[in-house]
Amino acid sequence: MIQVEHLTKSYGSHYALSDVSFAIKEGEVVGFLGPNGAGKSTTMNILTGCLSSNSGTVRVNGADILKDPAEAKRQIGYLPEQPPLYTDMTVEEYLGFVYDLKRCTLPKKEHITEICETVRIADVRRRLIRNLSKGYRQRVGIAQALVGNPPVLIFDEPTVGLDPKQIIEVRNLLRTLGKTHTVILSTHILPEVQAICDRLLIISEGHIVADKPTEELTRVIRDSRRYRLKVAGPQKEVLGLLRGIPGILRAEAQAERDGESSFTIESAAGTDVRGPLFFALAERGWPVYGLEAVHTDLEDVFLQLVEHGGELPAEPAAKPRRK
Amino acid sequence: MLAIYKREMRAYFTTPIGYVFAAIFLAFSAAVFTYTTLYALSSDTTDYFTIMLFSFIILLPLLTMKTLSEERKMKTEQLLLTSPVSLTGMVCAKFLAAFTVFFGCMLLTSLNFIILYTHSEPNTAIILGNLAALILVGMAFLSIGLFVSSLTESQLAASVITVAILLVLLVIGFAGNLIGAPWLRFLLSGLSVFSRFQNFTNGVFDIAALVYYVSLTAVFLFLTVRVYDRRRFA
Repeated sequence: MIQVEHLTKSYGSHYALSDVSFAIKEGEVVGFLGPNGAGKSTTMNILTGCLSSNSGTVRVNGADILKDPAEAKRQIGYLPEQPPLYTDMTVEEYLGFVYDLKRCTLPKKEHITEICETVRIADVRRRLIRNLSKGYRQRVGIAQALVGNPPVLIFDEPTVGLDPKQIIEVRNLLRTLGKTHTVILSTHILPEVQAICDRLLIISEGHIVADKPTEELTRVIRDSRRYRLKVAGPQKEVLGLLRGIPGILRAEAQAERDGESSFTIESAAGTDVRGPLFFALAERGWPVYGLEAVHTDLEDVFLQLVEHGGELPAEPAAKPRRK
Repeated sequence: MLAIYKREMRAYFTTPIGYVFAAIFLAFSAAVFTYTTLYALSSDTTDYFTIMLFSFIILLPLLTMKTLSEERKMKTEQLLLTSPVSLTGMVCAKFLAAFTVFFGCMLLTSLNFIILYTHSEPNTAIILGNLAALILVGMAFLSIGLFVSSLTESQLAASVITVAILLVLLVIGFAGNLIGAPWLRFLLSGLSVFSRFQNFTNGVFDIAALVYYVSLTAVFLFLTVRVYDRRRFA
């Protein structure tokens, strides 16, 4: 559906994108993830024909964005970071304008009514966009992208600046749209990607550092083998014991208060250390006050990806240093 | 393109700008007309047209100042740039909308002349020639305004810069008269909008001037398209 090959974009001597390539299949919902300034918006602007690249090609459904812009643009509905709304128009007038602008051929009235119902703005149709709340404006922005039923939808940070309830609403909407469209969604909010996308493209400093199914990342998170342990016992000795237990790769003392010490431990892949840990401690008469799994969140994984150039470490969050 | 044109026209008349422009334009032209012809008991319209020409320096930037700068500031240009409309189509639609408002006002002010005809026998050819010339000059000025508006996000900057450019274009002919070197004088009066206009006030329909105004318009519309093109490649 979308083919991006060797995209490079520089602003003067600063490279916003260097040699970015990826392909997106029809029906995929792809999360475009990266820290601020990583090149997300630049990529999206190039995909939609707002900006042009220094080199490389973008093809949307076979149409080159530079050679056949009209055809390529017809395939895309785009919601930029700031929704492009004419605030002096009513919602209905505005959507009518977008309809004419995109030279749609669908029956106008029905089409606009349908879109208004999909994004649930039917109740504000006759109000001036200027007077709408931010959540509604965002939805009008999404409505604008839907005009003409383009097969590809591109959203640039669609939930930024919304309140939590609105965020959930917009996410649900995106999920619904993802069933019938190819969607590219840029964001730096990880749970959002987790909730909506099938696949992740992670970009950092103008490079694609990872291109993986979302499940793979969530699996890494689920399979966390880090624990936080609280034991009533002398810190140094407990630590020595912990390091002696087979299957524990790493143990670190955290704090000691009122005879209670906390530790973080990390087990080797494929072994469950919780049982041996319990018995070893019980044998020495040091009661376990707490043992909980520490979840590696997507944030950690993301930071690692960005730092390690895209390789998911075999052992999540395994730091090289040992105390 | 038609969609942009329609939206633009709508924007002129749902915001005060269209009304303000029309009101100032009509009131000013009526006042000037009254003073230069009725009060002066004259059917000579030279002064009227000359004063109108100079008033365009202030008036016409009002029409174009926000055309593109506002789009850029509100980020609505992204909608236009990602829609299947060519840059040329977009710029032309905007230009035509501004021109339509201006042309409408010109038509309305032409009603002034009816009074003149009831009292005397003015030279119809001169009046028509002058009206045509004013419209041509207006066209060129609007395209310059549009160009400046594409350069900045600020409406105020757009209008001030446009006024400055128009002023220069009008007066370089006078500056030429103060300069001794004949080639420079020739060059400056060749560039001056005003010296071209003078032929019309004298009742001569100057084809060279027609070509000059139309190409001035075309050049600035082309430059506006280039501004967008260049920004994409920047």
